[in-house]
Amino acid sequence: MAKFEIGRRGAMLATAGVLAAPGLARAQVPAVRLGILQPVTGALSQDGEYGRLGAELAINEINAGGGIRALGGARIEMVFGDARSNPEGGVAEVEKMQAEGVVAVVGGFASPICLAASQAAARYDLPYVVDVGVSDQIVSRGLANTFRFGPGFGVVTTTALDNLVALNDAAGKPARTVVIVHEDGLFGSGMARLLNAELPKRGFEVLETIAHPTPARDMNNVALRIRSLRPDLVIPSSYYAEFVLLSRTMQQQRIRPKGIYCVLNGAASNFRFVREFPEAANLVMDCNHWADPRKPKTQELRRQVEAQNRFWLYNIPLNYSAVMLVADALERAGRADRAALIQALAATDGAFTRHIMPYGPTRFVNGQNQAAVPVNTQVQNGDIKVIFPREFADAQPVFPVTG
Amino acid sequence: MGFPPEILLEAALNGLLTGAVYGLVALGLTLVYGVLHIINFAHGALLTAAMYAAYVARTAFGLDPYVAALPLAGLFFLLGYAVQRLVIGPASRGRDENILLVTLGLSIIIENTMLALFRSDTRSIDLPYAMEVVAFGPTLLSWPRLVGFGATILVALLLFLLMSATATGKAIRAVAKERTGAALVGIDVAHIYAVTFGIGTACLAIAAALLLPSFYVSPRVGNAFVLVAFTIVVLGGMGSVIGALLGGLIIGVVESLSGLYLGDSLGQIGIFLIFILVLLVRPTGLFGARA
Repeated sequence: MAKFEIGRRGAMLATAGVLAAPGLARAQVPAVRLGILQPVTGALSQDGEYGRLGAELAINEINAGGGIRALGGARIEMVFGDARSNPEGGVAEVEKMQAEGVVAVVGGFASPICLAASQAAARYDLPYVVDVGVSDQIVSRGLANTFRFGPGFGVVTTTALDNLVALNDAAGKPARTVVIVHEDGLFGSGMARLLNAELPKRGFEVLETIAHPTPARDMNNVALRIRSLRPDLVIPSSYYAEFVLLSRTMQQQRIRPKGIYCVLNGAASNFRFVREFPEAANLVMDCNHWADPRKPKTQELRRQVEAQNRFWLYNIPLNYSAVMLVADALERAGRADRAALIQALAATDGAFTRHIMPYGPTRFVNGQNQAAVPVNTQVQNGDIKVIFPREFADAQPVFPVTG
Repeated sequence: MGFPPEILLEAALNGLLTGAVYGLVALGLTLVYGVLHIINFAHGALLTAAMYAAYVARTAFGLDPYVAALPLAGLFFLLGYAVQRLVIGPASRGRDENILLVTLGLSIIIENTMLALFRSDTRSIDLPYAMEVVAFGPTLLSWPRLVGFGATILVALLLFLLMSATATGKAIRAVAKERTGAALVGIDVAHIYAVTFGIGTACLAIAAALLLPSFYVSPRVGNAFVLVAFTIVVLGGMGSVIGALLGGLIIGVVESLSGLYLGDSLGQIGIFLIFILVLLVRPTGLFGARA
């Protein structure tokens, strides 16, 4: 009897403690584990590091704001995996995350990693949100678990071509001839094929299509061929190091086309490139992922990132938004259950506003956000300015480039 | 597909300049083969190590790679000497197939040490003159490549003087020709082996310093050069110093022109076609002694 009384007193004390410290009560709600997959070693490590940063910013913000309310204020706990810049690494990490009981996986960065990792996640009905991976194959395999908030290859290329025509028309059609330079992998070759089919329909003549390997030892031959062809426009699709090498070699060889117009380029809208090689970067245009400059949150995050002495790269807003998407879906699902989360993700609509991308109301069809669009940027005097769409452009395009 | 003559000229000159540094890498390889009669599989890894050394000299001590070339050459001479004297020599126990495995093992250890120390990121340094050009007739030649070419010729001349005019050079040639005879007249063969290996490694250090201003470094970067260097050694004749230099220049031009015509993805085909052709038609190479 005496024992029982002590037990009751203990329980009452505990209740009092909980009432006095709500933070303690929240700590007792089990945390939701979220897998963050990024290549932080190997050739893609720069992108991977910035992807992780974006996810961390979102998770910290959610936790500081009281966690997931629908789950009693559950905190989000990051389970990080290094995809080691290859698909096998991505798959291995998804298996580990599955064993650790994550509710969803966000990230992947490169298309081949996203393809393999999302397929591995599909075996466990584990929701997978792609951060960047632009290959449209990713969302056309009928995998119910795979979602992509950002735009794919097809949409980006169409937008890029439409904007190119608009740009050229507005300047009085100074550009007619084009040389395409591309890396010879899945991403660059696919892009070159698409451009070769579409450019002639829009009044451009493709003089030549030049492939180069990744990594490339030297860009002199590519530059020499461009010099001998004298195109009005150069359209490169390459990863970071190769485009930096190409633009610097073109600068060295004094090749000055009327415009360098990139599509999904790894460097052209990257502040590292702009800071390190301002002359080579100046006036380069790119059609790529970009955060919405009109949203106050974008400016706030950018200041936060730059205060850490890091660059503002598109990987940050894309991963931030993808994590916010999962958090939003968890709120609506009301439980940390994979099937419920997949349903909630698929049902996302315009009420999801915590992302910072310049997209209209979210609507998923077969896992692809129909509202996702790219943005055209141009490097102008050491800064990256938005030149299209006109609704939120903060600079006029400088085209054709003279001198 | 016709290119204007000035474009062809520039591609050929670019190839010539790049080929000189290839020749320098091949020089170390062919020297070690000519004297020690071993194929050094650690050559590529040692080049990688030298490039990281030049990278650290720049980022940690602010040394320009061209200035760092001399101290690095000394350092790598000592390193090469020690590796041959303390590791390869004792471990070989006089059997060539042991040496093959030892150098292969060394390359794996060096590569992975670099991976652990520097991770797999691609690194480069930015120097004010890295993108400078010199106008040569209608062509624009890159300044770091011109320096690389000049330095390679200088190194080759010094090496030639060393081999022909010094006692050490004579001893090296004696050991290369007839090991037992050299030992009988009082030459310390183990020492000469280590000196030769050291010279080969020092050549790599200089090549690394010449490459870094216009090239990047990663833990596997040496392999890209060593494959080309093997082709050059076969083309020039195994063990021939002049062959390595000339072979390097030829391979450089072939690579540049086939890159221009076939694109950079396919450009290396030219190099390997030559490799196969030489083996088929003239297995001793341009300057190789008849076996």
